Amino acid sequence: MADLHIPDALLVKNYVEGNENALATLIKRHESKIYGFIYSKIADRDVSNDIFQDTFIKVIKTLKSNCYNEEGKFLPWVMRISHNLIVDHFRKTKKMPMYRETEEFSIFSIMSDDSLTIEGKMILDQVEVDLKKLIQELPEDQKEVLVMRMYQDMSFKEISELTGVSINTALGRMRYALMNLRKIIDKHQIILTN
Amino acid sequence: MAKIYSKKALASKDLKPKKEVVSFLLSYSQALKVVKIDNNSFEIIAN
Repeated sequence: MADLHIPDALLVKNYVEGNENALATLIKRHESKIYGFIYSKIADRDVSNDIFQDTFIKVIKTLKSNCYNEEGKFLPWVMRISHNLIVDHFRKTKKMPMYRETEEFSIFSIMSDDSLTIEGKMILDQVEVDLKKLIQELPEDQKEVLVMRMYQDMSFKEISELTGVSINTALGRMRYALMNLRKIIDKHQIILTN
Repeated sequence: MAKIYSKKALASKDLKPKKEVVSFLLSYSQALKVVKIDNNSFEIIAN
């Protein structure tokens, strides 16, 4: 009980000088306030215990490396450390939110598999086959530019060099190729969707 | 079973960390030694 009358500043000084019991007294004196503060923000006992532990690890490291200035009071300083750790915790959980499966909430309602289903793949294959057939209907010069650009991934500069026309002509042919494709699709009311 | 709609009060009066946590901290403190050499500080943890 005598410990209760020793001010925090003196206990800190004793601890820095090597008296380990001083730390036990400091923790015992303030554990309730600090843990209560953390728990009031976190509302999870296990996480609160972790943050309480991390707080005091920082306190111990700072005191042992003689980096603590007794400018303010001990408790507000520890509270500030725990406050910063709480903020860090919320930042982490915000980046990596944890979801638990419950009756009302299923994890699959927010997660989806974007890969195509078998049906989707079949439709996509069909669309690609249909499109190739449509491209065959285009005039030769336009078809050539479109195939080089879309299927061989060539730049318009490369296309112009290879076909011996200017870049502007190649661009124009591409534009007409796309317009003509749209016309053919509209005319025959072809639906290309996936 | 009747459904309980009330929530538990968040801050009960006597909240304390686990005994294991406090005991870990005291052991950690005993084991930790910080040595400063020039501008570097080294943490040594005794087993």
